[in-house]
Amino acid sequence: MRNTLLGLVSRRLGASLLTLLMVSLVIFAITSLLPGDTAQQILGQFATPEQVAALREQLGLNQPAVVRYWHWLSGFVTGDLGQSASNGMAVAQLINDRLPNSLILAGITTVVSVPIAITMGVVAAMCRGGLVDRLLNLVTLSMVAVPEFLVATLAVLIFAVKLDWLPALSYVSTVSSLGDAMKIYAMPVLTLCCVLIAQMARMTRAALIDQLDSPYVEMAQLKGVPPIRRVMRHALPNAVGPIANAVALSLSYLLGGVIIVETIFNYPGIASLMVDAVSNRDLALVQACAMLFCGTYLVLVMMADVCAILSNPRLRNR
Amino acid sequence: MNTIKTLTHPKANTPRRLRHGSHLPVAAPLRRNRRRLQLTRWIGLGLFGFWILVALFGPLLAPYPMGAFVSDQIFGGASLAHLLGTDYMGRDMLSRILTGARYTVGLALVAALLSSLVGAGFGMLAVLLPRWLEEAVRRVFDTLISIPSKMMALVMVSAFGASIPLLITATVLSYAPGAFRIAHSLAANLSTMEYVQVAQTRGEGRLYIATREIFPNMIQSVLTDMGMRFVFIVLLLSGMSFLGLGVQPPAADLGSLVRENIGGLSQGALAVIAPALAIGTLTIGANLLIDSLSTSRATHKE
Repeated sequence: MRNTLLGLVSRRLGASLLTLLMVSLVIFAITSLLPGDTAQQILGQFATPEQVAALREQLGLNQPAVVRYWHWLSGFVTGDLGQSASNGMAVAQLINDRLPNSLILAGITTVVSVPIAITMGVVAAMCRGGLVDRLLNLVTLSMVAVPEFLVATLAVLIFAVKLDWLPALSYVSTVSSLGDAMKIYAMPVLTLCCVLIAQMARMTRAALIDQLDSPYVEMAQLKGVPPIRRVMRHALPNAVGPIANAVALSLSYLLGGVIIVETIFNYPGIASLMVDAVSNRDLALVQACAMLFCGTYLVLVMMADVCAILSNPRLRNR
Repeated sequence: MNTIKTLTHPKANTPRRLRHGSHLPVAAPLRRNRRRLQLTRWIGLGLFGFWILVALFGPLLAPYPMGAFVSDQIFGGASLAHLLGTDYMGRDMLSRILTGARYTVGLALVAALLSSLVGAGFGMLAVLLPRWLEEAVRRVFDTLISIPSKMMALVMVSAFGASIPLLITATVLSYAPGAFRIAHSLAANLSTMEYVQVAQTRGEGRLYIATREIFPNMIQSVLTDMGMRFVFIVLLLSGMSFLGLGVQPPAADLGSLVRENIGGLSQGALAVIAPALAIGTLTIGANLLIDSLSTSRATHKE
């Protein structure tokens, strides 16, 4: 009945929460293995030992690690993420300022890449073994392995330097019209899309081919159903679950790509905030950003699994 | 090649060892398909082999020392004296790429080897451990796998600073869990095979079973998996260097070369494009090669 389904989904949800808790433990352990470094970091090299000791007291660094972990974790629940060591601003505020930019970038990339990737995957699956499929295979296989900064540098070179169509750097604050916005987002989105589309197209193709190989499609073929109808009416509806799974999994690749892309285009998002924080060894900010990224990653993977559960008719009708 | 499809091959369930090749039933392969596989394999082998050779002998062939200032011109174009132009400080780009490739390929190879060793080692071991310990090991690796590799590297660099041993540690921490998963499921399947049970009944020790009965049958899959990991590790490490959080100057891998010359991008300098293309051709080559190897193995298996 529906209860099995609900049970499966909620169990998956619980497992994700548990994993997130374990991940937070790992992140906290790595960033707190160096005792006392944080206070020294904030005050700089020339601080007197007394100053460092006072700050350690104030930050609660003298407490045992378990207590500190508890404070840190409860801070997350209440939204108090601590202060940035480099400029003293609240971490929550910093993240709040940058997060919308990153979400917009990720949103546009998703909207652009998903339809293209699914079309490519379906076309490749339909002409399996044919010239188009082989060509798409070679292209996507190569694109998956291309570093984002190669795509980005080539894009800048072609569209900004040689053709002079687009600005080389992103400045979100100067958007005044739709045209401006498109000019600014064109290259970051293009760069992110390349790897993402290749990944998604490959997984879509695999998911659809899995269905095309099944007995009911063979049956349809034997009945004389034309190929396009076979794919569109028979195989595709059954492949929706696996494809949604593939899309959610591929979107988690965005998290890695966005770090490079925001840096190379000077895009003021959450990833470039984190890279700066790592360079400045601003641990509170790094911890918060890392948790945000890991949480997003877990949500995407969980969505992929839930799609797979929900789309399985055997589980639905039991 | 063998084109007879046998349903009940007498040797289908016997241990498959490398020197005998595949004894599993072989499906009739399409000839055209085979030739296509050959083409991607040759492209892959050519590109990947080229970079392996560069990593081995590149520094010997470099026309100038890596750090030498040899030209007054910064971001110079290609010329006879400097085949790949000069960088942002007037150093010879060809020499820097030939030397940098050794860092990129070498570091990634070491990290991939260690990841697979740790992952596959624990994967095999876990099957032989008591149930509760196996579960614990699995939980640890499951947690590590849910931290994206770039996050792991960034968090570790922020805590300990960028150094080569640290980069390798971070890489192994993020890529060993994937290798563990694959090796663990392979080993778990193999350990239910009859010949393993026979060995257990025979009274063989756990170590013997792991190394002589299970390992030889999974080495091919482990190697393919390692190849895939190599590609991702090259991308991760050069990405970190590109962010300035990887290999630190004066040493420079290909990612650092892109980073330090990024100022020349607006002039379309060869100094930015060349190292970026170098990384791209290396990873594309390795990916094509690995894919063609694993695909041809899959068609053999069908």
